[in-house]
Amino acid sequence: MDFDIFIHILIAAIAAGTPFVYAALGELITEKSGVLNLGVEGMMLVGAISGFIAMAKTGSILVAVLCGMTAGALMAGIFAVLTLTLMANQVASGLALTIFGVGMSAFLGLKYTSIALPGVPEIHIPILSNIPVVGQLFFSHDMLIYCSGALFVAISWFLYKSKSGLILRGIGEAPKSAHALGYNVIKIRYMAVLFGGAMAGLGGTYLSIAYTPMWVEGMVAGRGWVSLALVVFATWRPARVMLGAYLFGAITIAQFHIQGFGIDIPAQLLSMLPYVATIVVLVFISRDQNTIRLNSPASLGITYHPNVQ
Amino acid sequence: MTSMKKHVLSVFILLACVAGFTLSASAEDKLKVGFVYISPVGDAGWTYQHDLGRLELEKNLGDKIVTKYIESVPEGPEAERVIRDLAKSGHDLIFTTSFGYMNPTLKVAKMFPKKYFEHSTGYKTTKNVGTYMCRFYEGRYLTGIVAGKMTKSNTLGYVAAFPIPEVIRGINAFTLGAKSVNPDIQVKVIWVNSWFDPGKEREASEALITQGADVITHHTDSTAPTLTAEEKGVYSIAYHSDMSKYGPKAHLTAATHVYGDFYTKTTQAVLDNTWKSDAVWSGIKEGSIELAPMNPVVPADVVALVEKTTKAIADGSFHPFQGPVKDQSGKVVVEAGKSLTDKDLLGMSYYVEGVLGKIPK
Repeated sequence: MDFDIFIHILIAAIAAGTPFVYAALGELITEKSGVLNLGVEGMMLVGAISGFIAMAKTGSILVAVLCGMTAGALMAGIFAVLTLTLMANQVASGLALTIFGVGMSAFLGLKYTSIALPGVPEIHIPILSNIPVVGQLFFSHDMLIYCSGALFVAISWFLYKSKSGLILRGIGEAPKSAHALGYNVIKIRYMAVLFGGAMAGLGGTYLSIAYTPMWVEGMVAGRGWVSLALVVFATWRPARVMLGAYLFGAITIAQFHIQGFGIDIPAQLLSMLPYVATIVVLVFISRDQNTIRLNSPASLGITYHPNVQ
Repeated sequence: MTSMKKHVLSVFILLACVAGFTLSASAEDKLKVGFVYISPVGDAGWTYQHDLGRLELEKNLGDKIVTKYIESVPEGPEAERVIRDLAKSGHDLIFTTSFGYMNPTLKVAKMFPKKYFEHSTGYKTTKNVGTYMCRFYEGRYLTGIVAGKMTKSNTLGYVAAFPIPEVIRGINAFTLGAKSVNPDIQVKVIWVNSWFDPGKEREASEALITQGADVITHHTDSTAPTLTAEEKGVYSIAYHSDMSKYGPKAHLTAATHVYGDFYTKTTQAVLDNTWKSDAVWSGIKEGSIELAPMNPVVPADVVALVEKTTKAIADGSFHPFQGPVKDQSGKVVVEAGKSLTDKDLLGMSYYVEGVLGKIPK
């Protein structure tokens, strides 16, 4: 395999990993507040079709992105009302949200299967994109990919350097203590869940307007579930989520290249590789018991209400 | 009224409604024809072609029949329920349009011996179950000619779903077609292990293009390969449907299935009481395979060559798998002067010379 192909794989991996970056970072924030939302797949699908419809109607990437995010947040809002206000079981509600999202997106998309979109143009950043290799890798993508990088920086800063981030993590660890200190646990969890939904919606929109600019039923194809797994195997740390997302993308692309070169490995085994390799790598680098205990939110998935002791 | 009585009453009302509905339906005295689809009709692809056929049937025999279709029916127990419901609700002729409907169709057909069933791409027939499919490899051979003439890098890319004889047959026919006009070509195959996954289809197409392929074709269902080819500035050859609007510059042509004729003839046979169980395998001769309109960039001499070959296949003077055909190791699998039998075609499990890589086992 020559160097050019290697670079191509890395460039393609960044695009392939971007939907996971959005959805998994959003879910990371949700889970850091102690809420487990298994509805990522459904929120991504509804985000994908909403962004697609907006793009088809207005032609504006910004409007499409906003619509996708709003739709994802609305879906998450349903989940939040069920689990935070009505105190329903989070696992069951999340699964229901996915099933609902699959059907809802198919229904909304009925009239939109025949439309072809122009896609999102690449922006080559002047000067920087001319640097060999680095320029191609980091400065020759579309706008949504740059935004996902910015999101990573913002979330890392928010969680570990800001006071609000500390409060969010505190609520995820011990909601009762946070409540006793005077923080509105339910309100903050609402915001975290809505943010997670908006990011899942954005990840879906990226798929339907940029990555494969079209709408087909079920086009998210399990990426929501992979995002959920990434959060867990990355032990709730943003940098490892990013690593996992791009690793997954890179291995997906690389296995197609291996096939193209006619290297004799069964294709079925290769299609399995991204899942296995990503999990193995993340588990290996995060195998320390203390890190897991330190980073996993202690109240994850447990229903909490301030008036119920 | 107690709640028990309420329930009994509502069941009676429901039954009365159903009975009334059935009576009014049979009073119409039109033949009811049912279709079972694996995916949504959409705008391109396998199911879309079947639905075009259904619409043509309605146009041709609309005064004597009514049609109904049920889409997105998963293969398995759900399919059996849907087929049985269609038969129960008075559909006398039912087309089931996916390979995995084979056993459910046979099972329901046994329960309704007076109704007729047609199963697409299957290999089991009974007294009241027939099968039908298209010799799409003939279309593949023709599109191979176009690809072989249009490539500059002599590398063609093929995004494939599952390593089964049907798909391998297509890859081989495409390769033979391309080699017939350009002996230097090689075909790179990438398996995505899915009939329908736009993301993977895009990634596979991109990998093929990066590795030098400048004409991409696919045996999967979505328009992603054509979209990717358009984006990357290479050519594409679509499958199932004309996908030119997804890649006006890239889309050279497409091998498409045409079912209208078959559906009309079969339905007419049922109307005339002449229907017989049969295994129909029809191709260019019967009009079941057509190429989508050629992109204007394809030179006139190539178009003429494709037309000439089309005629030769139609009148039987040429067969895409006409000897000598060599496999990858250079061994002659079809001797000169002979062509493959249908049985050999149906069980094909080797690559011909010109395809890179090995078939996954």
